[in-house]
Amino acid sequence: MNEQIIKDKIGAIEFRLLSPKLIKKMAAVKVLTPELYDADGYPMDGGLMDLRMGVIDPGLRCRTCGSKVRDCPGHFGYIELARPVIHVEFVDYIYNFLRATCRKCGRILLSEKEIEKFKERLEMASKEESLVRSNVLDEILKRAKATSVCPHCGEKQGKIRLKKPTTFIEDGVNLTPIDVRERLERIPDDDLPLLGMNPQAGRPEWMVLTLLPIPPVTVRPSITLETGERSEDDLTHKLGDIVRTNQRLAENIMAGAPQIIIDDLWELLQYHVTTFFNNSVSQVPPARHRSGRILKTLADRIRGKEGRFRHNLAGKRVDFSARTVISPDSYIKPDEVGVPYEVAMELTIPERVTEWNIEWLRKFVENGPDKYPGANYVITPQGRKRITKETKEVILQELMPGHIVERHLLDGDLVLFNRQPSLHRMNIMAHRVRVLPYKTFRISPVVTAPYNADFDGDEMNLHVPQTEEARAEAEVLMEVKHHLVTPRYGLPIVGGKQDYILGCYLLTLGKRKFPRSFVEQLMFSIGVEEIPDKKEFTGKEIFSILLPKDFNYVEDPEKCKGCKQKGSDACVLIKNGQLICGAVTKKLIGGGKGKLFQEYYKLYGPEKTLDLMHKVALLGVEFLMHEGASISLADTDLPEGAYEKIVERLKKAEEEVEKLIKLYKEGKLEPYPGRTPRETLEGAMMGILNQARDDTSKVLRKYLKKNTGTFTMIRSGAKGSTLNLILMVACLGQQSLRGERINRGFKERTLSLFKKGDIGVRAGGFVMHGYKKGLDPVEFFFHAVAGRDSLVNKGMRTPKSGYLQRRLVNALQDVKVLYDGTVRDSSGVIIQFKYGEDGIDVSKSDHGDIDIDMIIERVIGVG
Amino acid sequence: MKHVLVPSHRILSEKEKEELLKGKNIKLHQLPKILINDPAIKELKPKVGDVVEIIRKSPTSGETKYYRVVVIE
Repeated sequence: MNEQIIKDKIGAIEFRLLSPKLIKKMAAVKVLTPELYDADGYPMDGGLMDLRMGVIDPGLRCRTCGSKVRDCPGHFGYIELARPVIHVEFVDYIYNFLRATCRKCGRILLSEKEIEKFKERLEMASKEESLVRSNVLDEILKRAKATSVCPHCGEKQGKIRLKKPTTFIEDGVNLTPIDVRERLERIPDDDLPLLGMNPQAGRPEWMVLTLLPIPPVTVRPSITLETGERSEDDLTHKLGDIVRTNQRLAENIMAGAPQIIIDDLWELLQYHVTTFFNNSVSQVPPARHRSGRILKTLADRIRGKEGRFRHNLAGKRVDFSARTVISPDSYIKPDEVGVPYEVAMELTIPERVTEWNIEWLRKFVENGPDKYPGANYVITPQGRKRITKETKEVILQELMPGHIVERHLLDGDLVLFNRQPSLHRMNIMAHRVRVLPYKTFRISPVVTAPYNADFDGDEMNLHVPQTEEARAEAEVLMEVKHHLVTPRYGLPIVGGKQDYILGCYLLTLGKRKFPRSFVEQLMFSIGVEEIPDKKEFTGKEIFSILLPKDFNYVEDPEKCKGCKQKGSDACVLIKNGQLICGAVTKKLIGGGKGKLFQEYYKLYGPEKTLDLMHKVALLGVEFLMHEGASISLADTDLPEGAYEKIVERLKKAEEEVEKLIKLYKEGKLEPYPGRTPRETLEGAMMGILNQARDDTSKVLRKYLKKNTGTFTMIRSGAKGSTLNLILMVACLGQQSLRGERINRGFKERTLSLFKKGDIGVRAGGFVMHGYKKGLDPVEFFFHAVAGRDSLVNKGMRTPKSGYLQRRLVNALQDVKVLYDGTVRDSSGVIIQFKYGEDGIDVSKSDHGDIDIDMIIERVIGVG
Repeated sequence: MKHVLVPSHRILSEKEKEELLKGKNIKLHQLPKILINDPAIKELKPKVGDVVEIIRKSPTSGETKYYRVVVIE
């Protein structure tokens, strides 16, 4: 589009003050009247919407450059202010300048000797980095302000005060902007560098405005409402106020009005100019619209979250994207994403019309934007047209090869799916669309791990690639199947979760038999149509239907060799696609460790692995629905006398600790090398108490019922751990604050109900009860302390580690492995001579190792 | 210098150096750097521009070679 390519690079940008001369020079119009339009609704000459300041109406031409709407960049205008006004954004500078220079001769309030000295130091500061220029300037300013008699002309200096926002008072007398400007004019160019100003960059008196530049109309376009009314931009409103006030001020001066009236108007003009630049200056009531809404003026456009920087320049929003809440759907495949109809009808894919697809595409156009498989726009050589009831007929008639139809998303379209924070390449993957009812994105819980997503209200983003290249690239690089294995340690992170694991575990447990009819039903519902010719199936046989006939897996080869218990559930053996021993647990099919999928992936590749994952998941869910699983409070019931054993064990620990404390208080405790006696005591106490808590699990294992829902979940790895059980049944154990026993609160004690100096078990925050028994008040308090501590910790650690990660990624982002195996940065500097010193692709290894024995075994075949 | 924790350092001959640079198709400045006063190579009396071969032990690949060019501060 641009005829000329500019090859120069921007070296530096310098901001300078606008001189009145330049304001006049760059202006296309002198604005004279506050009226915007004449009686015919045509922009007034010399008004704020003057056509010479640019065009915003389509069809009209700019009277300055002759271009139409999109090509005219807009042109500035200016107003001559009847009286000068101070520019708010510069008051601080003006204030400093006034106080640092002589009121009479304008010289800086420093002796020639000092001037010489400081000039030298500034010179040095510009060369050496260790000296900071702003520090030198601060010192100069401080020195000059402190001088009360001018060293050059001997004039006694007055005390100047700034009455916010824009009024200067010298010894109780107001300085008008005219006075201020005169003083600034008197400052010689030679003194400016000492005040931190480059004389080439402008004069200080330019900070007091005599002319006000009017931004082009293109910067403040007016909107025509549906009713035909015109609604002007906030800036135009504000400028109108300025022009009006300025006019009144000029008239009053001409007419020789009394000084009070002129001063009032002058102040009003100052107010309008101030709020024009910045409408959120403290101590200035913000200028309001007629409706009472606060006007958005220049500074508001730039700063803050909704400002130009954070909203427009740093914010990167894109078209063809959608965002909603995600929810689980076990029935769609892991590489699919459920897309609501509402979304599918808004996001489109451009499809070029050819001889071969014209009939197919015609149907979409016929359906239009409001009926599902439809289309929203058709792009013809004449332009992009939205399909509406009115335009549909014409578009259909004209539709021919070469046109582009933007059709709705269809099942099977490739889209990118993303969850923030994107710290991983697996945080954006390509999925296939499944258009579904309801208003959430649906994903299979199987792919929840790489996204680190859950369904407690998480939202995710969806992007639709618009070109064939983009889709091809997404398909090759980003599809879910290419990201089953994490490049971090080479195991599939995608895998079974809660219900799938529990379902498969219950199915494969023991030697239960299922009738053929049941198996047929089950397998049909997961899409397997062929099953072995048998009347009865064991659970293990049902699971085996999913495995190929040549698949072998042994969980522990050593143990298996001497093992005589065929068909036990302890350890997994898969031979020729038959699950012979072992119940299916998290170790086998879970995400992040699932050994089965890892082996399978190596042998059969990504597509089949993904398919197996889906089927295993479905099998788990379907079976669990027949079987049912529930937990109950009774799962935590202990037989008579068992709880007493736990209490006994804890009592014993408490006594041990008490003995230690006694020893410590008598000073007889032998400290560990390099530790104080107190540290030694703390360490020993921690050890004893933790041991006690862990020991209670032995009691639990002995007395708790094994066939409960809770225990089954723990054994299968579906959810929960023995620790959770201890917390419920036995005791919570030691609560910690900043990694130590609780040791603060009151003076010399943790709570006011303990004796001073009590460092005992209970005072240190050891909780002897479990959730079922309930905590006593002291325990409850300490538990809350530990809870809050971990919450605060988490809240502070997350952003810190996030920033660390970001810096690391930024530093390493363009480092790559070349074909010769070396690792280099973008300038070709070698970082490693062989990737990772061993050249192993971690994603194709087991935790960084390559097990050659396994490969040999597979190749030569072991009977 | 001999110590179990210090990998062996050796200065490459001109010929070896040329071969290395040619084999990797790089210029001298694209090699990782080592300071001339690095304690590990002080005894070898290196010159600026020498290339030091370091043989390190690695848990996964046994031994691995690394090359660094000698530079002054």
